[in-house]
This record gives sequence, structure tokens and C-alpha cells, in this order.
Amino acid sequence: MSLRRTSHLDTLLTALTWIGTFVMFAPIGWMILTSFKTEQDAVSYPPKLFFTPTLEHYQRIFENDFAAFLTVSVLVTLTSTAIVIVLAVPAAFALTVRPIPKWRDVLFFFISTKMMPIAAGIVPIYLVARAFDLLNTSTVLIIVYVSMNLPLAIWMIRSFMVEIPRDVFDAVEVDGAGRFREMTQIIVPLIKPGLASTALLCGIFAWNEFFLAVNLTTTVSTLPVFLQKFLSFGQLYTAQVAAVATLINVPVVAAGWLAQKSLTRGLTFGAVK
Amino acid sequence: MALSLSLQSGKRASPVRNALVKGWWDRLPLLPALVVVLCVTQLPFIITLYYSLQRWNLVSTSAPRFVWFRNFLNAFNDAVFLKAVFNTAVMTGSIVIASVFFGGLLAAGLNREFRGRTLARTLAITPFFIMPVAAALFWKTGIFDPTFGILGWITDAVGIGRFNWISQYPRLTIILLTTWQWSAFALLILLAGMQSFPTEVAEAAAVDGASRFYTFRRLMLPHLRPFIELTALLTAMYVLENFAAIAILTNGGPAYATTNLSYYVYLEAFSAFDLGRASAFGMIALAFAIALTVPMLRVVSGIFKEGGRA
Repeated sequence: MSLRRTSHLDTLLTALTWIGTFVMFAPIGWMILTSFKTEQDAVSYPPKLFFTPTLEHYQRIFENDFAAFLTVSVLVTLTSTAIVIVLAVPAAFALTVRPIPKWRDVLFFFISTKMMPIAAGIVPIYLVARAFDLLNTSTVLIIVYVSMNLPLAIWMIRSFMVEIPRDVFDAVEVDGAGRFREMTQIIVPLIKPGLASTALLCGIFAWNEFFLAVNLTTTVSTLPVFLQKFLSFGQLYTAQVAAVATLINVPVVAAGWLAQKSLTRGLTFGAVK
Repeated sequence: MALSLSLQSGKRASPVRNALVKGWWDRLPLLPALVVVLCVTQLPFIITLYYSLQRWNLVSTSAPRFVWFRNFLNAFNDAVFLKAVFNTAVMTGSIVIASVFFGGLLAAGLNREFRGRTLARTLAITPFFIMPVAAALFWKTGIFDPTFGILGWITDAVGIGRFNWISQYPRLTIILLTTWQWSAFALLILLAGMQSFPTEVAEAAAVDGASRFYTFRRLMLPHLRPFIELTALLTAMYVLENFAAIAILTNGGPAYATTNLSYYVYLEAFSAFDLGRASAFGMIALAFAIALTVPMLRVVSGIFKEGGRA
């Protein structure tokens, strides 16, 4: 009797969970669906669930300067992420494996920088970039994205290093010169999957970033700035917007799904696994 | 080169000198990252503080001059600034509460055994990855649009007519869109928190005849408390800087109804070119962030200590 009621309750809860999941995914599903419609189908009343799909909008994406923005986005995301990893691994090493004095203060300093609003620093960043003639270049975006993602990467990589059993490196007698080898040949191979998720997460943040991109660059810029320009067209084309938005999100959604397992750890600075 | 030289001289020098060299040698791997973060993220704040004490408008012909705290005093007489503070508080507060609530509910649903659970989880967290600008653009055209949006069709179908969501309820549209993305984030963290709940405790409670609701209320919720706090604080921090949704959906309007502090700094600096005022607003935003950061760091270090990881 009571078992039965529990299973009814379970069915109900499962159904509610699926409804919730549907609500979360529906806007994305609707966007993907719309991207394959003709402009007329996209604005038809009532909305069409079944229609003859078209690739027209995907073909038209490349008609304007999409490719230029895509190139900058890819360049900025890959370069900044690579630099972040190269800087973060030794830093995490010095804070975990061979901890320096006051390592905890340093760690908390890093996390606190991540909490400061970037708007409070944008004026000097802009003026310095202008002074060095870096406005409207991918270089300035790489520089700011590296510093934006570094604290997160250090915390995340540290959380993977902490999990390496202590005797792995207690066994290695280390002098100054041996450190570099210890880091590259023992530690890095052990945390490779962790490094990959860290890179994916940093990549997502760099790819999606808008505030710095829109303030520091205009024509040589990343895809969010390209998308913003759609607004100035006046008449917005629903299906065309959907196609661009879908295409742009494929890499980040794929990265997010791939990094799923370690995502929580990265987003909470390693506090939650 | 210089480094290896100093190391060699260190070998021959006194033990004190030796220890000093070794200390710096140990810190060396940390330095590049520390220098980059200091220069790019901390130095600007100090410069902003200096600018914020100046009267400096790029459009005016007069040279920048030092006015001490006048920009700050003016800020509190500026109706738009006060509105921006109010908007920031209202939007951040409602987004945080709604995200934790919906994300938490969904996490509780997903923290059970059922077929297709992994798929459901994957689909439900996807909104978090979506580029905010892309999300805002599609929501504007495909969802909120009064004639072509799906939401207009739904409200029409249930008989309450069509709304021009963005102009009638601008703040609500920002809150809805941002909550959608951040509930996925809350879901991720709260689900992880629920999964770290020891199963033996739940089983023991069930054997003792505790109802599921009782177990959730009395055992799960206390266990989740630090996770809820962490989620709320992290969401607050990011949403405080909400920019893409505002820039795309409403441009901060109508009549500054959706302008938050970050957006107002942006308007002052890059539309009004008043760098002194923009810097002062930035400093005030920074003060709010610091007020959030202090409890946040306490929660994080609490979770670390509990897990024995710090």
C-alpha cells in the first residue's frame, strides 16, 4: 500500500522533473528549430512545429563579415586559454605541491580578484590600451582574458593537484633544477583530464565575454560584438538571428558537455566537486 | 641568465642569503601569474580611484582637475544613479532568489534514480553555456517579440492577449532571461551538493520511519546550507555585472528602468565621456562587490575546512 503510493509519487516527481528540464531546454530547442525555417515560417501564426527545413540562413551567415569575427574569436579564445594554462600550472604548483609560505593568502587573493566588478577598472584599462595603441586589436582581448581566467584556472588546477597522493612526489628528491621536470613529467601527466576541463571552462568564458570586447574593440572583435550589430539592422530577422546564434553556440555547448564532470569544481573554485 | 648567476653567488654566500635565494626560487613559478593578475586586475582599480577624484570630461574643453570627493557627493544627488543602484539591487536580488529556487527544485528532481537522468541533467544545464549576447538576441526576436515571439502566442492562446514584454515589463524580461541562464548554474552546484549527501544517513532515516519530506527538510537542507550560500553569492557576484542582457534587450531603458550600476558606468564612460564620474560610479560598484566578497570568502573557506582540503 505505502510502497504503491511511493511509486506513484515517484512517477509524478519524474514527470515534473522532465517538465522542468523541458522548460530549461525549450528556448534552445526553439532557437535551433527556428534556424531551419524560412523567414515566413518563423513568424507564422500559429507557430509551426512541422515545416520544410531550409539551410538558407546557414549559407547566408558567411555573406557578411562573420568569418572575420569568427577568426578573431577563435584566435583570442585559443591563445588566451593556452597562456592561462601555461601560467596557471606553475602557479598552482607553487601553491600546492611545493607550497610557499602564506600560500593560503595568495590563493584567497586570487579568488578575490575574480569578484571585483570589471566595470570598476574599465576606464584605466581603456586608456592604457589606447596609449599603447592596442584598442581594436585581438592582443588587448587576449591580455584581459588571460587575467580574467587566471584566478579560476589556478584554483581549479590546484584542486586537481591536491588529489595527487602525497607519496608520488615525496618519493622524488627535488632540488631547484628538478622542479621543472617534476612539474612537466610527473604532475602534468597525472592531471591531464583536469587540465582539459580547465581549458574548456576558460575557453567558454573567453568565447562568451562581451563587456570587455564591446568596450575595447569594434571592427576587429569577437562574435558577441558581431551579434550586437544585428540590433542596428532595425528590422530583425528571427530565423537569421536563430541560425547565427545556434552556430555560435555549438562550440561552447560542446565544450560544456565535455567538461561536465569537472564543471562544478571549476565554477566554485574547487570548493564543490 | 641573471637568475642562474644570482643562484651561483647564493651558493657561496652566507646561509641567510642562501635561504633568501631559495625562498625566491620557490616563489618563482608563482610570479608570472601573480604579476599578470596584479597588473591587469588590481592596478586599474587604484588608477580608477585616482580618476574618481577628478573632474574629467572628454567632451569639455577644460583640463582634468582635482575635485576630491565631489563626484561621489554628486552621485548621491543624481536621480539616475540612485535608480541604477535600486535597479541593481532589485534585479540582482530577484535573479539570485529565483535561480536558487528553480535550480534547487530541479536539482532535487534530478537527484533521484530514473531513466534518462543523465540526458535530462545535460539538457537542463545547457542554458548556462549559451553566449549571453546570443541568448538575449534570440529571446528578443523569437520569444519576447510582441508579434513574432512564441511568448506572445502562448499568452494569446491562454486568452490574456499579447504583451509587448520588453517595453511594458522591461525589468521582468531581464530577470526572466538571466534567471533562465543562472538557474542552470544553481542546478549544477546544488545537485553536486545533494550528491555529496551521505546515502547511509538517508537510508538510516528511512529505516527509522522518517518520511521523505522529513528527511529532506531536516537532514538534506542543513547539509545543503553552505552550498546554497555559495550558489547565491556566486550568482550575485556575476549578476551584479549583468551587462549583455541589458545591452541587447533594453539598452538600459526605457527611462533607465533597467540600467544597473555596470551599465551606468558604461554609459557615463563611453556615451557621456565623463571619465571622472564613471570612475566614481565604478568605485561605488566595487564597494558593493567587496561587501559581497567578504561573506563569500568565509563560506568558501568554510567548505574547504570541512572537506579538509585547505
